[in-house]
Amino acid sequence: MLRLEKRPSPSRAWTIATPVVAVILTMVAGGIMFAMLGKDPVEAIRTIFWDPLFNAQFAAYSRPQLLVKAGPLILIALGLSLGFRAGIWNIGAEGQYIMGAIFGAAAGLAVYPVESRLIFPVMIIAGGLGGFLWAMIPAILKTHFRTNEILVSLLLVYVAQNILSSMALGALRNPEGGGFPGSRNLSQIPAMANTELVAGTGMHWGVVVAFVAVIAAYILLQRHILGFQIKLAGQAPRAARFAGVSPNRLVILCMGISGALAGLAGFFEVSGPAGQISIDFATGYGFTAIIVAFLGRLNPLGILLAGLLMALTYIGGELAQFMLGLPSAAIQAFQGMLLFFLLAVDLLSNYRIRLARKEIA
Amino acid sequence: MKRRTLLATAALGLGLAFGGAAQAQGMDKAKACFVYVGPIGDLGWSYQHHQGALAVKEAYGDKVEIAWQESVPEGADAERVLTQMALSGCNIIFTTSFGYMDATNAVAAKFPDVKFEHATGYKREHPNVAIYNARFYEGRAIQGHIAGKMTKSNKIGYIGSFPIPEVIMGINAYYLHAKKVNPNVELTVVWAYTWFDPAKEADAAKAMIEQGVDVIASHTDSTAPLAEAAKTNGAVIGFGQASDMADYKPSPRVSSIIDNWAPYYVKRVGQVLDGTWESTDTWAGINEGEVEIGEITEAVPADVKAEAEAMRDAIAAGTYHPFTGPINKQDGSAWLADGVTAPDGDLLGMTFYVEGITAEIPQ
Repeated sequence: MLRLEKRPSPSRAWTIATPVVAVILTMVAGGIMFAMLGKDPVEAIRTIFWDPLFNAQFAAYSRPQLLVKAGPLILIALGLSLGFRAGIWNIGAEGQYIMGAIFGAAAGLAVYPVESRLIFPVMIIAGGLGGFLWAMIPAILKTHFRTNEILVSLLLVYVAQNILSSMALGALRNPEGGGFPGSRNLSQIPAMANTELVAGTGMHWGVVVAFVAVIAAYILLQRHILGFQIKLAGQAPRAARFAGVSPNRLVILCMGISGALAGLAGFFEVSGPAGQISIDFATGYGFTAIIVAFLGRLNPLGILLAGLLMALTYIGGELAQFMLGLPSAAIQAFQGMLLFFLLAVDLLSNYRIRLARKEIA
Repeated sequence: MKRRTLLATAALGLGLAFGGAAQAQGMDKAKACFVYVGPIGDLGWSYQHHQGALAVKEAYGDKVEIAWQESVPEGADAERVLTQMALSGCNIIFTTSFGYMDATNAVAAKFPDVKFEHATGYKREHPNVAIYNARFYEGRAIQGHIAGKMTKSNKIGYIGSFPIPEVIMGINAYYLHAKKVNPNVELTVVWAYTWFDPAKEADAAKAMIEQGVDVIASHTDSTAPLAEAAKTNGAVIGFGQASDMADYKPSPRVSSIIDNWAPYYVKRVGQVLDGTWESTDTWAGINEGEVEIGEITEAVPADVKAEAEAMRDAIAAGTYHPFTGPINKQDGSAWLADGVTAPDGDLLGMTFYVEGITAEIPQ
């Protein structure tokens, strides 16, 4: 019989190997699923992981799209990872993402049709502020009334979605849109458009900010006292308290940073790839980012890679649906497997598998 | 936009690589691609579009290759999906939901040799974009007639997707014709804010049934409202939406609006093959066979059925228009004078309810 034995400290080797093993297991299990659907599993896996990067027909377009898709995931996941490390669970990044988009878009549309170089920076700040303020609701409720931030932040997502619908239908609706819901298309207004910075690379301001945030988060965690406090609070809350770390201050900081980053991601998305505030603007980046954060081991560099990998499964998944006629549910199941195997294999970094010996009577 | 030029160049290169396959003159083989907002298994809106796609394949056999992608969100992802389709060599791409409007036009600009067909929208910013829609309000008038005759509680309901002209038009046609045969009728509207979400659609139906509504029409894509009505042992009836939804015959589904896109899709792909495709704005109805009225079942009394069928035939013959004055707007101001029929422009931009509806359009 097999028996699990807790390791005295998590295995370093397994911590690094886990995501790789999880990806390989996902490919195997996914391949079996694709084969059962009557598709060639090798071709399906190749279409998902290889074609977006190297297929001559698509790569020139899909490689830049990887950055476009990964940018918001990385930005949101970075913010979340800080809180997760400290044991502060912001599950409502999707709501903060939506509010960032609304605040940012509203700030710009309020002065439409004024053209000024100042508008875009103001919109960026407004976007970050929107996400920050939305995250402050669960944060302050937690510090003052000890409410559970998981529940409050999650439920606020649904509130944000309703505000989004109401904005698309009401206050922010395009007055020249023939009564249809949706704001003006920001990406078509030069002063507000988050355009590609270098043609053909997919690099927009949001991607740049995501890369800067990776470096900043890395420095914060490695070199800054706050990073030390975050790690300490997560690993040994009592010790952190003795060391003078204020739990309330950490809650406000972690929720605030993750909210602001999610808000920024929302703003860069609405002013660029999405273009407008519409009822179905939110497509789940805030939730997917939770997977990205864990897949990246809550480590800034890991999150960078995990974000790119997740984006690859989206873009490759679209290609596979279209080129091979795979149902979209199969692709979603495939992505779900990734998280499932990650959590399953994660066991190995904290436990080792032993063959159980006969107990001595 | 520099990316635009780059992609246009790429598209041009592709066109050359395929021996100029995407030129204006006819072609021997064409690839027709379809983008769906829901799963093709929704048994409603996306299912019917997919039936149209299959009809194209059936009609042209080896001359046409079809490809599709389901459950594509109406947002940033749509533009990428469309671009990938164009890159993969599609000659004509049908985008089958309103929310793909800006994405369709943006991608059409980058691929001038690919034809784009956008359903239910109003933007044609490039010569390679056509738009098409169906006169669903004609079917709504017939449903309204049946609803007005069949309701016992005098409360009828409508599950709205989004408060856009398309849906408001349907609500007005439904209410006007119920009111005409039953002056005491009251209309409840519940907004689901989704095209396809069986759970939300079921909740909307439940809420209405609890309020005493006994006839429910829906403007969303799943069979969930009918499934809710089926739990009432015949007390509540409804209609198949977009597809026949024959599984719920003879009750609660007493009739249906069937979107038959096949004739249009076959015609348009044929025009791509013979090189006569042009950017058009098509709005066809019962007359052209694009809107079909599914069988009216025996749950409806014979005289009501005969009246409903007579209305269907009159609409098809062009002798009756569902929006014929006198009709006032909700605020009491005049819209159509006696005997005047509604101009298409008024219908396509409809943002008001007609007189008698007590609900308000969400703002």
